Amino acid sequence: MSPVIEVRQLHKRYGDTVAVDDISFAVAEGEIFGILGPNGAGKTTTVECIEGLRNPDGGTVSVLGLDPRHQRDELTQRLGVQLQDSQLPDKLRVDEALDLYSSFYRNPADWRSLIDLLGLGAKTKTRFGKLSGGQKQRLSIALALVGTPQIAILDELTTGLDPAARHDTWDLIEGVRDRGVTIVLVTHFMEEAERLCDRVALIDSGRVVAIDTPANLAEGVDAEQRIQFRPSAPLPHNLLESLPDVTNVIYRGDVVVVTGNSNALNAVTSALARNQIVARQLRVDQANLEDAFLALTGHHAPEKQGA
Amino acid sequence: MSTAITATGQAAPQAQTQAASRSSALVKLSLTELKLLSRERVRMALPIAIPLLLILILGNIGSLRVPRAVYGGESFIDLYTTIMVVFGLALLALTNMPMIVADYRERGVLRRLQTTPIGPVRVLAAQLVADLTVAVFMVIAILAVARIAFAVPLPRQPGAFIVTALLAAGALLGAGLLVAAVAPTGRVARGIGGVLFYAMMFFAGLWLPIPNMPAVLQHISHGTPLGAAVPALTLAAEGSWPTALQLGTMAGWAVALGLAAARFFRWE
Repeated sequence: MSPVIEVRQLHKRYGDTVAVDDISFAVAEGEIFGILGPNGAGKTTTVECIEGLRNPDGGTVSVLGLDPRHQRDELTQRLGVQLQDSQLPDKLRVDEALDLYSSFYRNPADWRSLIDLLGLGAKTKTRFGKLSGGQKQRLSIALALVGTPQIAILDELTTGLDPAARHDTWDLIEGVRDRGVTIVLVTHFMEEAERLCDRVALIDSGRVVAIDTPANLAEGVDAEQRIQFRPSAPLPHNLLESLPDVTNVIYRGDVVVVTGNSNALNAVTSALARNQIVARQLRVDQANLEDAFLALTGHHAPEKQGA
Repeated sequence: MSTAITATGQAAPQAQTQAASRSSALVKLSLTELKLLSRERVRMALPIAIPLLLILILGNIGSLRVPRAVYGGESFIDLYTTIMVVFGLALLALTNMPMIVADYRERGVLRRLQTTPIGPVRVLAAQLVADLTVAVFMVIAILAVARIAFAVPLPRQPGAFIVTALLAAGALLGAGLLVAAVAPTGRVARGIGGVLFYAMMFFAGLWLPIPNMPAVLQHISHGTPLGAAVPALTLAAEGSWPTALQLGTMAGWAVALGLAAARFFRWE
């Protein structure tokens, strides 16, 4: 399948500051593609070049076969955008904003059903200035979708939302993707990328560090697995220590902590099963996207819990 | 819930429906801007209230209501009503509107619009339409108050007065749009708009009536939008059509400034 977005050797600087050094990636139709990186990595500049809001200093960008800079009329009809910090006039009501924006598109969505979808039903007549941060965010997502876009670019989708609203928003985005909309998600929030994205581009200092599925990225990290459990019966001597996949076993009272490679869990559970021992309160700490990020960029994940 | 979002773009739109949707978007944006203006009571009250107040104050000075030969047989308040029409239009176009647009820019309202198919021309045109609508109400209010309170005659050549006032408003709004297009912040917009306002009102004869100006200033004045507008409106008020040069000067400014505004428009 040919990609719906193709970015090749994108380069962009502001004066002497290089915002994007060399970024290339392709987004396939129907996927949720994450652009993940710390603040200042060049994520927003990259998507702004895709949206046609900025002129690249080098490289090419193609969106749905269009040049974002010069085929704006067609592009804006087919690309929905949620900007990181943009506002509406304070005195504009929710329904007026959606009605207005839907008039811009040749094939608008029914904005009333969007209002329901985003849980803004009770706020239809509320002015933008009186909405909470989460409500503004949801309106902003609704506006990105009101033109029935083929691609939606969502920049810092859940920043400023409380955990419940964040999870609702994730469900919503999955629903949108299920309707065939390709989604580009800009985020510095690991859990979000892990939960939502089919593939992730890790960006650091204006360059792509890695592109893969969150699972593959995490797996690529040679991190050890840590398995912790309470055995239902005392363990035979050397049962776990002798397993080739296990590197270390620690006994803490009646709790056993085993570390080993990615196959260790398998090895440990089968060894226990052979001895008819049940692992109670089993907990496995696996390498995740955050570990991958750390391993690939050499510095800590931007923010552990999101903003 | 099922109809909201689907992948689209297959249906090739007819040119006709596209043109229709383009203009309906403009109408909707203009109406929205007008609605927002009507909600900015304090901001909008000023350009309308100030000319009305000035007329009420000066009209209460008896000597200013006496017809005089210097004013071609009109009273000061007759002439002053015309100047107040221009004054109100200038306040609206040069101070209010640029601030609103610059404020939109500062807060990212324009940036958000930039990602839609609306385009700068329709964004500016909607401002123009909304402000022209306010201007019409303002002019009617000024003429009505002057007529009711001080028996200032209504324009004797209404058609000419309407055309002239529209051209004057067009030229002023063109200037305002240009300020709005280039000013980075609301504060800068207010600064530039203020300077332009005083300069234009000077040439309109607010402080020194045009006929009393030195010859050089008179010439310059006639070339400015308001220096052309005030004599033209006075002629229309007295019952004759303005000269082609006066109308042409205003129309020229309106077109040139409007085009420049569209050309230099910045989203952020």
